[in-house]
Amino acid sequence: MNISFFVGVISIMVVFLYGCIGEIITEKSGHLNLGTPGVMCFGATGAVVGARIFINITGGPDAVRDGAGSPVLGIFLLVLFCLIFAGIAGLLYCFLVDTLRCNQNATGLVITTLGVGIYKFIGSILCPQVDRHGFTAIGRRFFSSPLPVDFRNSNWFTQLFLSYSTLVYIAIIIAIIVFIIIKKTRIGLNLRAVGENPGTSDASGVNVTRYKYVATIVGSLITGLGGLYYLFDYNTGSMEYSLEGLGWIAVALVIFSIWNTGLAVFGSFVFAFFYQLPTPLSNIIKNEAISPLVSTLPYLITILVLITISIFNKKETQPPSALGLTYFREDR
Amino acid sequence: MLTTSNNIKVVELKNITKVFGSKVANLNVNLDLYKGEILSILGENGSGKTTSMNIISGLYAPDEGSIYINGELAKINSPHDSLMYGIGMVHQHFKLVDVFTAAENIVLGLDKQDYANFAKKIEEQEESRFAELRKQGKEPSEEELKESKKRINAAKSFNIKNAASRIKEMCDRYGFELDPNKKVYNMTVSEKQTLEIVKALYRNANILILDEPTAVLTPQEIDRLFMVIQNMRNDGKSIVIITHKLNEVMRISDRVAIFRKGEHVATVETNKTSIKELTDMMVGAKVDLEIERSTPTDVADRLFVNNLSVKNNDGRVVINDVSFVARSGEILGIAGISGSGQKELLEAIQGLRPLESGEIIFHNPKKDKPATFFHKTLKKIKALAAHGAFHDPDGKRINFKGMSNKEIRKMVNDCKVLFYEDEIVNLKGKNPLQIRELGIRLSFVPEDRLGMGLVSNMNLVDNTMLRSYRHGHWIFLDRERPRKLIEKIIKELDVSTPGTNTQISKLSGGNVQKVLVGREIALAPKVFMAAYPVRGLDINSSYTIYNLLDKQKCSGIAVIYVGEDLDVLLALCDRIMVLCDGRISGFVDARKATKEQIGEMMTRHGEVQ
Repeated sequence: MNISFFVGVISIMVVFLYGCIGEIITEKSGHLNLGTPGVMCFGATGAVVGARIFINITGGPDAVRDGAGSPVLGIFLLVLFCLIFAGIAGLLYCFLVDTLRCNQNATGLVITTLGVGIYKFIGSILCPQVDRHGFTAIGRRFFSSPLPVDFRNSNWFTQLFLSYSTLVYIAIIIAIIVFIIIKKTRIGLNLRAVGENPGTSDASGVNVTRYKYVATIVGSLITGLGGLYYLFDYNTGSMEYSLEGLGWIAVALVIFSIWNTGLAVFGSFVFAFFYQLPTPLSNIIKNEAISPLVSTLPYLITILVLITISIFNKKETQPPSALGLTYFREDR
Repeated sequence: MLTTSNNIKVVELKNITKVFGSKVANLNVNLDLYKGEILSILGENGSGKTTSMNIISGLYAPDEGSIYINGELAKINSPHDSLMYGIGMVHQHFKLVDVFTAAENIVLGLDKQDYANFAKKIEEQEESRFAELRKQGKEPSEEELKESKKRINAAKSFNIKNAASRIKEMCDRYGFELDPNKKVYNMTVSEKQTLEIVKALYRNANILILDEPTAVLTPQEIDRLFMVIQNMRNDGKSIVIITHKLNEVMRISDRVAIFRKGEHVATVETNKTSIKELTDMMVGAKVDLEIERSTPTDVADRLFVNNLSVKNNDGRVVINDVSFVARSGEILGIAGISGSGQKELLEAIQGLRPLESGEIIFHNPKKDKPATFFHKTLKKIKALAAHGAFHDPDGKRINFKGMSNKEIRKMVNDCKVLFYEDEIVNLKGKNPLQIRELGIRLSFVPEDRLGMGLVSNMNLVDNTMLRSYRHGHWIFLDRERPRKLIEKIIKELDVSTPGTNTQISKLSGGNVQKVLVGREIALAPKVFMAAYPVRGLDINSSYTIYNLLDKQKCSGIAVIYVGEDLDVLLALCDRIMVLCDGRISGFVDARKATKEQIGEMMTRHGEVQ
């Protein structure tokens, strides 16, 4: 295993990390949003819409490939539409669950199905095979290029730590900021309380509905960025690969990281490690069964984590107690 | 008493009406609360006491009417609004976050405005302190100024450490004992209550509403609570206590407001009334305070508990070498300070808790009763017959020798195979289902009604069916019989519910209990166990339950009653077993014993007999 393997691990880990942070924020408010894969797809779809608009403004895919159009505008459009789409997905979830009081699990699954469908549908309309190179160019030029200084060919340290695109660093910064907010601030305290016991929070003067809405929408925005990253950064604009599976890994990762975004950074690395492991492993062990077996490891570890949490039965490592429950003040 | 003399109204409810579904919880309630008084709100279960207070605290929005705070029309749309008006409520079921520390729970929900107010208050304090100093001709030193600046700034924003020290200060002032860094899940009930009160005071609450604050406290804890409440009253705060314990009303309150069926009947001054008058107002008609107790007839030993030891959930032995007999036609009372192992004892008998040692023997009254295939297989009957367990109607032993299976079946179905003596069953190691399949009907009214007794999200019919879901047509459930049964229970026990398809969670505590007791009695049990069946119930419902228990006893059931009110135990039971710390400290005859005698036994092992 060489440096480039770990570089690959860190690159894919960021997709999980975005999804995981988003879902942790959401779950801290007591919303079990199984729509995470869907929200990622919503984010990616938004990015595709943004990319298409940029291509049209700039004058076609060929012009983009040849370096036309300002990077600032391109990045702005993609991120903006990504956030709008992901935000709408989060808003839809909140509206269904909080305002119309639908079942959380069912709503989440609906969001996933909807998101995956929209991604495939809009993707195939806005990104026809013939001018795919426009998308690829956007990915290459704006996203997957590393920091202003190119470290990719220097020593191992810079390769391992400084050779990624901005979205990778942003993910880790978001993880740390969210960790601090949840653990140390007034807003974090209120958010945790809403997920633990909405009735108590309400009686204490916390606006439960607002916290649930804001947390879920902010969570969705972050999750959506994962979709943007995967499509335009990791896959440089190629829509061949499915996003859904990665979304589910992010959901499992929330349990692995016991609802702690700090641990999520470590957890996403572990998951990404096993996600990437089959490739180098299949070069060493010539057995076709190896790679699918190894890819199940993250899920097995998640089960082990669940068992460990259950054995120690420590209150602090349990999921938010009101997770998945709908709160209505006048329920008796 | 510095009570109503000042006559400043802090809260006025005007024509408050609140309807849940088709049930009117509050109808045209008018109520005043004065500054510096303790007001008791008295009423039966479901009389609208808690609803009216929940309206003041912003949990429920009134359908009609208005609230005036300090003479001004108040707009209370949420608990937060209510807090802004200086109203704090301690709910019957505490509203605390388990995984948070005391301090975290206290600062929960405070917003920027609150912190600004804290800072302002501290600034004022510091200023006045400095002004005092200056009066004495001293100038505060540079360091002192810095220190005070620091203190003001610390109060401006969220800071757990700072909050903890403020909480400590406040606890010292009123005489609370509270560790700000203790997690709620490690706290006792009394600590949680203290925390709730401190939480309200931390928000500068001037009006404190306590919903059934003494229901879960020990007598010593109640004394402490009352002392603190009086301290707060003397500090000029107004306190509302929702309760139905009449002696406490008389002891603590300045005025009593009585609620009946959602309406505010009257408010009287405590020192101008009597328990009798209050009871009359509360229930409308006069109630007979005598509990019926029939003389036991046909007493027979039914359930033997021999040298039983049981552990609680934490693995501590809470029932230690306990032996007793429960007899049919008798009510056996179990007295003891709460937590002396009563709960675990009943659960062990019911088959819900593994026995550490000892055994539970049930004498099934089968003598001269026919054996059936309902509980026994053919094989089992043959085996029993070999041991001489049966006789025929003429009194001769049956051994089925030389009979074909068909003939045996016919004989059993013709009810010609009768038990020679009572069936003796050891319940050790059997779960509730196995026990029931043996044909042993134990009814159990657990302490925790909604946790173990009923499912709060299911309706009345489905809850009734929990005991009979196995009887159905083929693979389908039989809903008709449970529905008829619950209709009967509703009628006989006077359960107040919109209908049989109402969720249990929508009923008030007393009605929930009636449904549970009714269902358990309908099983036609041989042993009826009830743990605190009247806890949280009003007087009328309590008497209904007492009479039901007595009726059960008369019909030849062995009743085990775990209670906390010694007067009731003495008036209702035939024998009383007193537990202390998981051991039996003695049995007394309920007709002869005194309260003092039992009280002494509750705190000491053995000696007194």
